[in-house]
Amino acid sequence: MIETILFELELALPQVVLGLVNGAFYALLSLGLAIIFGMLNVINFSHGAQFMMGAFVAWMLLNWLGIGYWGALVLAPLLVGAFGIVIEKTMISRLYKLDHLYGLLLTFGCALVIEGVFRNEFGSSGLRYATPPEFKLLDLEFGDFFLPGYRVWVVMVALVTCLGTWLVIEKTKIGSYLRAATEKPQLVQAFGINVPRMMTLTYGAGVALAAFAGVLAAPIYSVHPGMGANFIITVFAVVVIGGMGSILGAVVTGFMLGLVQGVTDVFWSEASATVVFVIMAIVLLTRPAGLFGRA
Amino acid sequence: MADGTFTAGAAPRVESPGFFGFTLPQGIAFLVMVAFVLVSPFFLYPVFLAKVLCFALFACAFNLLIGYAGLLSFGHAAYFGMGAYVTGYAAKSWGLPPEVAIPLGGLVGAALGLPFGWLAIRRAGIYFAMITLAMAQMVYFFALQAPFTGGEDGIQSIPRGTLFGMFDLTADLTMYWLVAGIFLGGFLLIHRIVHSPFGQVLKAIRENEPRSISLGYRVENYKLLAFVLSAGLAGIAGGTKALVFNIATLTDVRWEMSGEVVLMSLVGGLGTIFGPVIGAGVIIAMQNYLAQFGSWVLVIQGVIFIACVLAFRRGVVGEIGNLLKVKL
Repeated sequence: MIETILFELELALPQVVLGLVNGAFYALLSLGLAIIFGMLNVINFSHGAQFMMGAFVAWMLLNWLGIGYWGALVLAPLLVGAFGIVIEKTMISRLYKLDHLYGLLLTFGCALVIEGVFRNEFGSSGLRYATPPEFKLLDLEFGDFFLPGYRVWVVMVALVTCLGTWLVIEKTKIGSYLRAATEKPQLVQAFGINVPRMMTLTYGAGVALAAFAGVLAAPIYSVHPGMGANFIITVFAVVVIGGMGSILGAVVTGFMLGLVQGVTDVFWSEASATVVFVIMAIVLLTRPAGLFGRA
Repeated sequence: MADGTFTAGAAPRVESPGFFGFTLPQGIAFLVMVAFVLVSPFFLYPVFLAKVLCFALFACAFNLLIGYAGLLSFGHAAYFGMGAYVTGYAAKSWGLPPEVAIPLGGLVGAALGLPFGWLAIRRAGIYFAMITLAMAQMVYFFALQAPFTGGEDGIQSIPRGTLFGMFDLTADLTMYWLVAGIFLGGFLLIHRIVHSPFGQVLKAIRENEPRSISLGYRVENYKLLAFVLSAGLAGIAGGTKALVFNIATLTDVRWEMSGEVVLMSLVGGLGTIFGPVIGAGVIIAMQNYLAQFGSWVLVIQGVIFIACVLAFRRGVVGEIGNLLKVKL
């Protein structure tokens, strides 16, 4: 009896780990969305496209300039983040006085442009980004169960990044400015803090976070122009479930839903794509403001 | 109806409602549109025009929500696509005639809109957009896996059938007249809805929801009914499209389709009566002429999106109306 349960568990474990890896990306992406939304009141629809850009920049750095994984992990977020700052400065900043929906529409347009450009350049099929060999050291193996070290790394890095971001926002001076400006932008500006610049930098940071997630994703998923769009809609559901209220909420919900998806895959694989949306429906029925949201 | 009799019947004041709730300029614009619908198939390819009218109806249905209830749905492809699938399946596998298959598509769209709308109206603004998008993605995964939709291939070679056992729709022009009839019917229905007491309450909710509640209106019921009507009309548009092109595929339920209908309404002018029709014409024509450029269509659509949001928020019809100082 116990043996069969153990056997079941051993079968389930890879799926659970896969779920955790997916959850790591949900957490990173919804964290970026929550930071941007908190400060700018804009839902960044191009978040998925910027995630995809991160993965592509990593690929280009490797294949065109010979810069490897570790370089890409630093450079790609910086480059894509700078690109985000340009978008904010030239376009998004003109919309703050308008209905928030215009921000959504604008960033949707940006997502289409970015995806279209990459489709033209690289086609729709996927490119391969090899896992750096040094992660072999992290490989875990017990019995028949084998866990690639890179996945362990992704989950760990995502956790550390989320925790770090949370600490910056909750415990540092910059974070306190950020929180104050989210609550009362006019008042903070009256104290002599440059709120428009903070908004620009916040958008840049959120975008950089998406690109960072993209670099992490490059060796796991095939690098293709549609990879961000596939993710971002699920992440929107995650955001609705968690509520936009708290940073920690976004992270916890992200990991949790990845895990739920992984477990669902074991028992009923057809439903694994839709389970997040079903949970969203249930949450909307019981707690419309989201699990961590304020009404 | 000649232009002359119409003008004579209307009151001299420009903004006063004339025939069927149209003001004088709206009436003129409507007659121009009807004239174009009647004359254009003799000059342009009827299948292209039929496509424009299907999408025009789809965009008008979408506009009913955003323009009059202030709800931006980012998941209208779900109702359009399921309408296409059901009409296609009914016509192909059950051999049902178009006069049954198309309304069936509309019914399924509305039936889908009921639970989705019920959930989505719990939140407003950006959340509403995200929820509708997520629901539509669920429908997409359903369409991908369900046996009757044909997965990646979709439902192909759907027969157009014979309308009322009399009109053989395999002739493109006959098909066009059916589409034109459905479009004009849908257009007038939406116009009638907007100008009914129900439509007035919807506008009141859009302008000031708390006040509408305090006046005793059950705001959720109004929003939900608007959502269901919009979804049903989107289903009819999808079903009609499936018959015109003989196919219903995953393209019809994908999120890009939801974005496309938003774009059409935005280009034409959100909340204008004729905007979605013009927008659908512009976008479909653009897709037609740019088809050989492949993925650049996506880029150009994105650029139009950005340009509209940044500089052109009233849309084509909104700008014209602003120029002429009339509401179109």
